[in-house]
Amino acid sequence: MDLLEFARGPALQTAAYILVAGTIWRIVGIVMLKEKADYSEPRGRGGFFAALKVIWTRAFTAEPFKKATMYPKMMAYVMHIGLFATIFLFTPHIVFFEGWMGFDWPGLPNSVIFFIGVATVISGVALLVRRMTSPVLKMISNFDDYFSWFVTMLPLITGLLIPVRVLFQYEDLLAIHILSVALLLIWLPFGKLGHAFLVFITRGTTGMVFERRGART
Amino acid sequence: MTTVDGRHRLDREAERIAYKPPEARHDKQGDMSTDERVEHAMHHFVKNFNTQTASYLDGCVHCGMCADACHYHVRTDDPRYTPIWKIELFKRAYKREVGPFAFFYRLFGFKKKITIDQLEEWQHLLYDSCTVCGRCSLVCPMGIDIAGMVSMARHGMFKAGLIPHELHETAKRAAETGSPLGITPEKFEERLEWMADEHEVDIPLNIEKADVLAVMSSIEIQKYPESMAATAKILNAAGESWTFRSDGFEATNFGMLSGNTDWQKEASMKLINTAIKIGAKKLVLPECGHAYMAMRWMGANMYGKPLPFKVQHISEYIADALNEGRLKVKKVDKSVTFHDPCQVSRRGGATQAPRDILKHLGVDFREMPNGGDYNWCCGGGGGVVTIKRADELRHRVFKLKMDQVEATEAEELLSSCANCRQSFDDSQQHFGWDYTMGSLMEMVADNIEEQRS
Repeated sequence: MDLLEFARGPALQTAAYILVAGTIWRIVGIVMLKEKADYSEPRGRGGFFAALKVIWTRAFTAEPFKKATMYPKMMAYVMHIGLFATIFLFTPHIVFFEGWMGFDWPGLPNSVIFFIGVATVISGVALLVRRMTSPVLKMISNFDDYFSWFVTMLPLITGLLIPVRVLFQYEDLLAIHILSVALLLIWLPFGKLGHAFLVFITRGTTGMVFERRGART
Repeated sequence: MTTVDGRHRLDREAERIAYKPPEARHDKQGDMSTDERVEHAMHHFVKNFNTQTASYLDGCVHCGMCADACHYHVRTDDPRYTPIWKIELFKRAYKREVGPFAFFYRLFGFKKKITIDQLEEWQHLLYDSCTVCGRCSLVCPMGIDIAGMVSMARHGMFKAGLIPHELHETAKRAAETGSPLGITPEKFEERLEWMADEHEVDIPLNIEKADVLAVMSSIEIQKYPESMAATAKILNAAGESWTFRSDGFEATNFGMLSGNTDWQKEASMKLINTAIKIGAKKLVLPECGHAYMAMRWMGANMYGKPLPFKVQHISEYIADALNEGRLKVKKVDKSVTFHDPCQVSRRGGATQAPRDILKHLGVDFREMPNGGDYNWCCGGGGGVVTIKRADELRHRVFKLKMDQVEATEAEELLSSCANCRQSFDDSQQHFGWDYTMGSLMEMVADNIEEQRS
């Protein structure tokens, strides 16, 4: 078994199992904790739709905070949209997903994906620089923040290097790229990258609690 | 009430107002050993971890945006005042003791044990520099309610005997005498009588059965007694069957502010039992922000089941009475701006009521820039106004409030929280500011239109 076969096969498969198991473990660990009943008379409607509302609305910044948070917000938008596009709208990835799920969807031209990938890396670097220079972020950051940045950037950078073919052959570059994805999948449920699924719980909870009060969400 | 004197411009950047961090002073209550304090803090931190808090503590992505929403950070640029940092120990306790991966955190020492030095340091962050105003909760892209967790972290601090002395003493006095300012039932009755004479208004007291139980805050009874007369005028004019009761009159809840849940429950139950005893259909809370949070949103949870009566802030009561035509007011030819108490508006959801009232009063209402639910806090909430050593910092953050108010150029500044009012009065005196905070309820009471029977 060569490196590429290992990466495509057991490495990716094991990473996927760890991703699923870790995610379930973390969500169950949170949900299983006791929750106190709220007996106060509701003013507004809480529940599922309130959760959905805030999951959507909190993606946008309220007017009073726009000026102060404009720069990191823009960078974060570029990074998240860029990650989505490079993962799900890149044709070779779609072919991979099709082999796994049995259906496909239209992708973007490779040149566009390449451009988006570069923009995503730039936004990631900008956010890292901010983390390392802002007194607030320096103070609140820990190993998880930097390691999560690293494992997120690695697949992007290795992916961008494949068409450039520097240092390694195509197969080796592809194998390294897939291994970096495996690393990302393994780490995702354990650190801050868990916000990929936790965001639905945190925003949803706030939606349910504060919409019930009729308060600002 | 308010006059704006443009001749005296304020020089706020002058040396006397410049900020320097307060000297470190770590208060301790009780004679526990250091280890016991840490153990108590951890135990009671852990007691607060439920699905809601766990998701919040697990979900933070360390983006730091909450710093931009916090008046303490905005005015000092001190990174320690980043809201999520204020609950760092609480977060650490969760990850180390309870979180889904707590075993690994302990095994590999990723999260160190909390020390007494850290708890002492965090006393300043959890009490002196957080009014639990919840502005940070609105900016968080993950939707984390940081303010709610500051309140919960305070439970552990209280049990460890690590809270500011002034707040502890105030809360203790409230628990022992029923009032944070030591107002006894006799004193309450005396002051009611005084106000009834002074304002020639009937103030029902200790009626056995009534539809509405009205309660006051000690701050009003002591410092703004006209509030009692204003409440009476309004409830009388609305034709309400109502009463004050000397066995349940205190609405403030310093148990909640200090972090003592037992005292919080005791204070809430006193009002709940009184309301039940007189068969009240409604409990009308005074102009007090945290009293609203304590009873409207936490009262039933202290009771352990839904309350058999409705709970309203006086501004909600007045707005309903005006909208339903039970109360009528004369037009007031003035420009007015309104300071939203955080616990009533942003966190309580009663933001519309004062706006309805001001509409009925026909004033030229001028909303503050980024007002309403995004209002800057007065700086005195969450018990901060009682903490003497926090005065300098509190005055420092008040500048944001002054700017907000002045931008409206309104003639009158009103609010519906006696604690905010107290905080405004203190800062006004400190700065020699032109604006005097007034009471929305008193403006209504002063302008009631007598209805012909």
